[in-house]
Formats: sequence, C-alpha cells, structure tokens
Amino acid sequence: MSTFEEVIAADRRIEPRDAMPDAYRATMVRQIAQHAHSEIIGMQPEGYWITRAPSLRRKAILLAKVQDEAGHGLYLYAAAETLGVDRAELAERLIDGRQKYSSIFNYPTLGYADVGVIGWLVDGAAICNQVPLCRSSYGPYARAMIRVCKEESFHQRQGYELLMTMMRGTAAQRELVQESVDRWWWPSLMMFGPPDGDSPNTARSMAWKIKRHTNDELRQRFVDMTVPQAGRLGVTLPDPELRWNAERGHHDFGTPDWDELKRVIQGDGPCNAERVEHRRRAHEDGAWVREAATAHAAKAARAAEAAEAARAARAAEAGRSTKEEVA
Amino acid sequence: MSWPLYEVFVRGKRGLNHVHVGSLHAADDESALHSARDLYTRRNEGVSIWVVRSAHITASSPDEKDPFFAPSGDKVYRHPTFYSIPDDVPHI
Amino acid sequence: MGPDDDTLAADGHWAFGTGFSDPLSGLPMPPAGADLAALCLALGDDALIMSHRLQEWCTRAPELEDEVALANIALDLLGQARLLLARTGRDEDELAFRRGAGEFRNVRLAEVPNGDFAHLVVRLLVFSTWRLALLTRLRDSDDEALAAIAAKGVKEVAYHRGYAARWTIRLGDGTAHSHERTRQALAAVWPLVDQLFAADGNPRSPDPADLREEFDAVVGHVLAEATLTIPETAAETAAERASRDEHTGALAVLLEEMQSVARALPGATW
Repeated sequence: MSTFEEVIAADRRIEPRDAMPDAYRATMVRQIAQHAHSEIIGMQPEGYWITRAPSLRRKAILLAKVQDEAGHGLYLYAAAETLGVDRAELAERLIDGRQKYSSIFNYPTLGYADVGVIGWLVDGAAICNQVPLCRSSYGPYARAMIRVCKEESFHQRQGYELLMTMMRGTAAQRELVQESVDRWWWPSLMMFGPPDGDSPNTARSMAWKIKRHTNDELRQRFVDMTVPQAGRLGVTLPDPELRWNAERGHHDFGTPDWDELKRVIQGDGPCNAERVEHRRRAHEDGAWVREAATAHAAKAARAAEAAEAARAARAAEAGRSTKEEVA
Repeated sequence: MSWPLYEVFVRGKRGLNHVHVGSLHAADDESALHSARDLYTRRNEGVSIWVVRSAHITASSPDEKDPFFAPSGDKVYRHPTFYSIPDDVPHI
Repeated sequence: MGPDDDTLAADGHWAFGTGFSDPLSGLPMPPAGADLAALCLALGDDALIMSHRLQEWCTRAPELEDEVALANIALDLLGQARLLLARTGRDEDELAFRRGAGEFRNVRLAEVPNGDFAHLVVRLLVFSTWRLALLTRLRDSDDEALAAIAAKGVKEVAYHRGYAARWTIRLGDGTAHSHERTRQALAAVWPLVDQLFAADGNPRSPDPADLREEFDAVVGHVLAEATLTIPETAAETAAERASRDEHTGALAVLLEEMQSVARALPGATW
C-alpha cells in the first residue's frame, strides 16, 4: 500500500478512492471544473456562427467541433465527479460566479475569420496547455485529457485550413484574417496564465505533478510553434518586439497586458456577463425537462416493481394450487 | 436535482473486451445507453456499449447495431487527416 | 507538438476510429431528370432547414447529453442535405446560399421557428416518422444514387425518431407541467402535418396515402405511451393547401441569417 507521496514520487497516478491531501482534492476539483466550464462556455463564441457558416462543408465542420466541446465538458465534469462533487453543483458554481473559466471566451467573435483564428491560436494554445495534462497525477483527469487531446487535434487543423483558404481568396478575406489575428493574438498568449513570478500556486502544483510546465515555459513553446505557421499563412503577428533570439534558441516577444487579464478574469471582460447569463438561462429553461425525465423514470420503476410483485404473487399462487392438487 | 450517474463501457472492436470510457448522467437506463452512443462513439469507435448504474448492467442488443452505430461513419471532418495542410507547416 | 514525450501525434493515431464510407462512391451518377432533381431538392431542403432549426438549439439544450445528441441529429440531416442537393446536379452552396425563400422547397414543418424543448421533440417526432417512411421506400429507387442516400438516411432517421419518441414519452408521461407543455407543442405542430402528405404530382414520390398509414400508426403508438392524443384540427387547413413553394415568413428570416456571411463577401472562397 503506497502513500500519496510515494505514488507521486514514483510518477504513478492517484485514483479516486486513494487517500489524498484535502488541498490536493480541492485543487483538482477546482482545476478540472474550470477546465470543464471553459469547454462549455467556449461553445458560445463559435456556436453563434454555426447557423451563419458560409458553406455547408464549413457548417458541418463547425457544428462537429462545437459538439466536441460539449462532449469534452462532459468528460471533464465526469472526472471531477470522481472526487465527490456533483455536476449539478458545479453548474451552479459556474452560474453564480464562484468558479471561473478560461478568460479567452470573454472576448467577442466578430466574423467568420474568428472561427479560423480560434481554431489556430486558441485551440493551438489549449493544446499546448492540455497535452502535458495527459500526464496529470490524477488518473481520471489524465485519462479524460487523452481523449480530449485526440479529438481536439482536428480543431486546430480545421482552423488553419479555413485561414489558408481565406488567404487564397479575395483581398477582403485576407484583411479579415489579419484583423482577426490582431485581436486574438494577445488574448491567446494570456491563456497560459499570469507570468511565473505572479503565479503563487505553480510550485505546489508542479510538486503534485498536476502541472508539468510553468506558464512561461508553455507560453514560449506556443510562440515558437506559432511564428512559422503565421509566416506560412502570410499574416503578421501584432508584436513589434517579436524576433528570433539565436542565443536563447527561442523567440523573444513583448509583454501581454496583464492588467487586462486581471480585469477579464475578475469579470470585467467584454462578454463575461453575456456568457454566464446565456448558460444560466439554458440551465433554468431545462429544469422542467430534467424533472419530467426523473418523474417518468420513477413511474416506470414503480410500474416495473408492481408488475414483478404481481408476477411473483401469481407464481406463489400457482405453486400453492399445485401443492394442493398433489395433496 | 440531477439525473443519476452511469458508467459507460465500450467494446472498441470485435475480439476486445468492453473498456470503461467514462461516465454520463441519465434519468433511466435506456436514455443512458443512447446518450452513451451519442457521446462516446461519435467517431465510429465501438461496436457495443454497456451502461452501468449501481449493480445494474445494460448492454445494447446486437440487432440494433445498424441504426445504433452507423451514423458516424461518414463524418470525415472529425478526423484531423481530413484537412489538407501543406507538409511545410510545422506542428499542426 | 514539440518533439518531447508529451507528443501524442507520434503514434500516428490522433483521432479514434477510421473507415469512412461515402454512400455515393462508385455509383453511376447520370444527369438527374426533372422529376428526380425536384424530389432530391425537396428532400434536401427539408433536411437543410430542419438541421438549421436544430443548430439553433446548440448551447441551449436542457442537459449536456442532449446537447451532444441534438448536434448529432443536426449533423446527420446536414449530411443528407448535402448528398441530396448534390444529386440535383447543382452546386450545394449555390443552392443553400444563393436562393431566395420562394425557391426553397422544404415543408413548413421544418421552417417554423423553435419553441420550447417539447416543441423540438414533437416536431422531430413528426418530421422523422414521416421522413423515415419516405426514405424507406426510396431505398428501392431505380436511381442508384438516391437509393444509396436513402439507405444511409434510413439508419440515421430511425435513430432520430427513437430519440424524439423517447423524449415525447418522457415529457408526456412525466410531470403535469411537462404533459401540458407537450400537449401544447403537439397542438402547435399538428396543423403542419397535412402538408407532408399532400400529393405533389411527382411520379418519383412515394404514395402519400401509404406513407400516412405508417405515420399514423407510429405516431399514434408513441402518443398513447406518452398519454397524449392527436389534437383535433379543422379538416382543411391553410398548411394543407400550401404547396412546397409557399412558405411562412419564418423562412425568409431564417435564410437572412443562414446566408448572411456568404452574401456579405461576394467572390469569396471558403
């Protein structure tokens, strides 16, 4: 029987019924729930464009993608539930603002180019963040993330392919792509969280192996990956300080507006209220439906019980008459 | 109030065991089975599903296999190889 | 991804599942005659517009499980629309994004605006019961492409009908409140039923009377389970007289949204 510390030290997985420090459990619940909330809230900015997609092929792709996000939210809520919280409770915490979701989804989508740029940059950043989570020390989370990462690989590719197609199109389309990149670049960099010096929980999360790289390491990796992709696409990333540093073997880049990140996280982004309100309305509008299904299931269970009791009574009756006949 | 939790097991292909793939909420067994199909076999993975609530196990019946599993077979856009990206674009 | 051990791409297996089937691959596709094109256009428009109404539910479903299920149904119908529109011999996007409301051939049942979840499932029950009866017969079409599209659609729509039937029963036989909402939804949807079975004069269309018999039996069975009854409607409604080129105002509103991006950027490629 290994202790929590031994399992972590051996780089093995913690499973739901294992003993774990309360703080580890609380941290995992918060992290997984926020991740789940991000998937669900993240459906909205793109979901708006499904009914407006400019070709039937793009419509099918976008619908499948947004559907995946619902599925991923569901996988993640299920992982959180292994820690003893209920999904309905987590939904409440999202709606009443006690739990957060990724700040990126508080920015508006203004045109169809945003669908491509979200796929390329936002999903690209998400993949950088998520791939290491496939080795999270918490087993159910790591397994959910493996499934999520496999499914999400198409999300980034569809975005980049859409942008390539638009860049080969009209001048107006190329302008729309550049304008969209200009708006999403800095918020994408903020998806990795505050700089390491301003991220007090990072050390403990690294020790518990629920975080495998620091925010700044992942941000750097994302920039290094994205710069050549931007070049191939023919767009400019809106950062005058962005250049290759041969000495470091990495790109140097400018500093995101951390005050903006704080404002958006604290609820003051362009779309925070709208996103949560939309979620709240869907949840409340669905209450009578969920109740109806529960009521029907209870009726059906009672009917099945009654049928079973009647059958048993008939069998007993038949048994008695047989005995009487024999007697 | 929320629906009860179910565990979902999928047989990925003939010859393999059912494997636990995750969970979902449903009001009853039948709904759980159908939700499991929608959720865990979107990419055509799986030839059979079990859903389990407490001690109860419910499996899809073989004669339902066609309408149950066929619909996702043509959704090629779910798969990353569907998107043609030039070889010289790195990391995608 | 980077070249370290975080890489999932290394195993060459990024997504689950393989083995796709294109129902039209290898089939002869002679130019569609007028009757075949008209039938495919009508069936394609039904699927396209119904899919649109389901897409509008995205992010609004009562539970996440239903979010996923509704998106699956919308995707299936969108796929059917694309195959059917292609079989008319015209470009799918020209048809979807460049026609005015008067040129669409969908039934009114598909285009009326969404209501609550009860309206969604009752409409879907009616739509998919009718469509399943239709596609089942078209599997025997002498046009091999249409027969293949119909055969694929039968599997999908059987699933849609099952989803709608399960929910109709759960709502109808759930709480008093859900029963009342479902009764109202049925009253709203039922006047649109007769148009589905109006003769269209197309020799390729299956016999409406035959379809109606199957439809009444299936819907009657589901409604009985749901403790609901078919509403009484006037014998001859406006919807019954309407042909497929007469639409409600809702279709123009729907198309304005659906075509907004495509029309805003002439000459664009997507």
